[in-house]
Amino acid sequence: MRIEGQFNDNVIVTSLDYFINWARLSALWPMTFGLACCAIEMMATGASRYDWDRFGMIPRASPRQSDLMIVAGTVTLKMASRVKKLYDQMAEPRYVIAMGCCATSGGPYWQHGYHVLKGVDRVIPVDVYVPGCPPRPESLLEGVMNLQEKIRHQTIAKVG
Amino acid sequence: MTPQEIFDALKSQFGDVIIDLTENVDTWIRVKPGSIADVCVFLHDDEAMKFESLMCLSGVDYEEHLSVVYHLSSSSHRHRITLKVEVPRDDPHVPTVEHLWLVANWHEREAYDMFGIVFDGHSDLRRILCPDDWEGHPLRKDYQVQEFYRGIKVEV
Amino acid sequence: MADTDTQQVDRPEGAIPDANVTVDRPGYPDEVALEGDDNIESELMTLNMGPQHPSTHGVLRLELKTDGEIIEHVRPHIGYLHRCFEKHAESLSYPQVIPFTDRMDYLAAMNNNLAYCLAVERLLEIEIPERVEYVRVIICELNRLASHLVSFGTYGMDIGAFTPFLFAFREREDIFDLFEMTCGARMLYNYIWVGGVSHDFPPGFVEKCTAFLDKFEGKINDYNNLLSYNKIFIERTANIGVLPVDKAYSYNLTGPNLRGSGVKWDLRRDDPYSIYDRFEFDIPVGSGEMGQLGDCWDRYMVRIREMGESVRIIRQALEQMPDGDVHKAVPRNVRPPKDAECYTRSETPRGEMGIYVISDGSNVPYRVKVKSPCFTAISAMNFLTRGHYVADIIAVIGSIDIVLGEVDR
Repeated sequence: MRIEGQFNDNVIVTSLDYFINWARLSALWPMTFGLACCAIEMMATGASRYDWDRFGMIPRASPRQSDLMIVAGTVTLKMASRVKKLYDQMAEPRYVIAMGCCATSGGPYWQHGYHVLKGVDRVIPVDVYVPGCPPRPESLLEGVMNLQEKIRHQTIAKVG
Repeated sequence: MTPQEIFDALKSQFGDVIIDLTENVDTWIRVKPGSIADVCVFLHDDEAMKFESLMCLSGVDYEEHLSVVYHLSSSSHRHRITLKVEVPRDDPHVPTVEHLWLVANWHEREAYDMFGIVFDGHSDLRRILCPDDWEGHPLRKDYQVQEFYRGIKVEV
Repeated sequence: MADTDTQQVDRPEGAIPDANVTVDRPGYPDEVALEGDDNIESELMTLNMGPQHPSTHGVLRLELKTDGEIIEHVRPHIGYLHRCFEKHAESLSYPQVIPFTDRMDYLAAMNNNLAYCLAVERLLEIEIPERVEYVRVIICELNRLASHLVSFGTYGMDIGAFTPFLFAFREREDIFDLFEMTCGARMLYNYIWVGGVSHDFPPGFVEKCTAFLDKFEGKINDYNNLLSYNKIFIERTANIGVLPVDKAYSYNLTGPNLRGSGVKWDLRRDDPYSIYDRFEFDIPVGSGEMGQLGDCWDRYMVRIREMGESVRIIRQALEQMPDGDVHKAVPRNVRPPKDAECYTRSETPRGEMGIYVISDGSNVPYRVKVKSPCFTAISAMNFLTRGHYVADIIAVIGSIDIVLGEVDR
């Protein structure tokens, strides 16, 4: 069999980084993890009009099957250790979107909210912050796209 | 029945235990804390009263004393009444009413959590909203929030 | 414990097959004993459900004691979303508290705004302009529709039907378009102010709202065909979580949960606030169509039927609405008289929300206490689920329609 002239259609030359990143960013499986008001907007993002299945996002009920945690809502101090535990249960590589002002900084509760964690980044690392109270579904999708952009530039090589 | 009629009925039944009636936007009756459970039994069981639901039970910090406020309603007679008891800040004790209205169980736990009011005879007096190892009672006017909770900084 | 050990576990007829085990446990009077030699000793198992669980409608944690698959005892743990509403209310001025009421029951924010504003207006004794009253009724009933839609959609999803969720959110987005048009926000509005509302309806609202109602009325039938009379759905919800009337009063369950048990009690008619006494509407109640009176299906169906009644109210209000200025009665300074206090209740989609406000004469409330309908509903959780299977807990949670933001405040 001659192989001349067959490469163009059947062989793709790419870097391993590009390929792995493409695979990761095209199938971000978020954990269905609703905390408060933002969770309803997150549900709306997943429902009819905004439909985040377009991004390859399929909500999973278990942290062990998901690679994206959307912290949607206010994290209280009683909940903080649970959020940490859920994050630890997720398999690497894992990403976190802090959705809404409460998850970002405590939001409207930052001053008098004695029982509110002032930003989820005090317990787990956050990749993308989405502001808003609650953020519109468009904002969340923008956040997801930003996260995809971030994943696109990752490398599996050891840095430093 | 109007609040005044309820007050008169309670006064003739219990005497000195019923302190006074205050007319305001809502009208409330002050009751001595030790007898609140007995008064509630009467209000719950008596045919003319028949308060079958406890709408709300709230603690209030009046700085010189704490209060527990009971909002009762009767849908069969369509009347409402508010009862108040006053307890000292340093040793607040009130008899429980959970045997009359099952919902009081949780309301009393909330009052205990937020104000530290102890409900004598309560079956399961634990904190309800704050974690079990939380310090202080947040809705007291002199509440100081703790600096750290399990190693997490609480304030900004 | 008052609500656990002293009562009999009510196992609805036919819903639960007899457990094939005998357990020697004092304190559990209704054990099903099997004659013969095959007695098996079993222990209670503790099962933790939540706070992260796709079907607990938020961060509710349930500690279950189960005998195999059968629930012996449920202990709900709440407070995972305790956002200190009452502390905020003591630290901010009266109008500043309104945005925080939005965030209590985030599925029906308008109704919460109204509940709080009614209480403050009663303390201030101000007269509300006619137009404001109509605007409030329309917007609150629209929000009731949105809230019941979420309840319907997520209940289907909990039970295992995904399509109702997509249907419900499709119509909900249309309602949100109307809200966005009116005040710019999708979910949390800060729309109803003390003495008024933040914006009047924009031009074209009435037409758009009428068009939506025309479209929506036909959809309710779709929902019934899709879910309500679905055989699997009925099997999962009928005869589950039966709530007798006396227990409903004792646990102070209100709203659709109480009406599901057959009690015709709706504050909009029985203790009318705002201008609800001017409208004609029915109060749907459960009748035990699919099983026992007061089961999950009855509670669910009350909500579906209430949507039709809300549409009726909105239509009447749109017709009768007068012109006027919506900011006329908004007070410049909200300072209720000293030592005034009131407890005001209103009918939110989840039941009777009570707001207890105490004033000390300043522009900051001295104390605001919220009696949340979901708080009392969860306290009945143990009563409703004992004797059922673990999977039925999901059916019960969905049918009492809780929002954890309001439970924990």
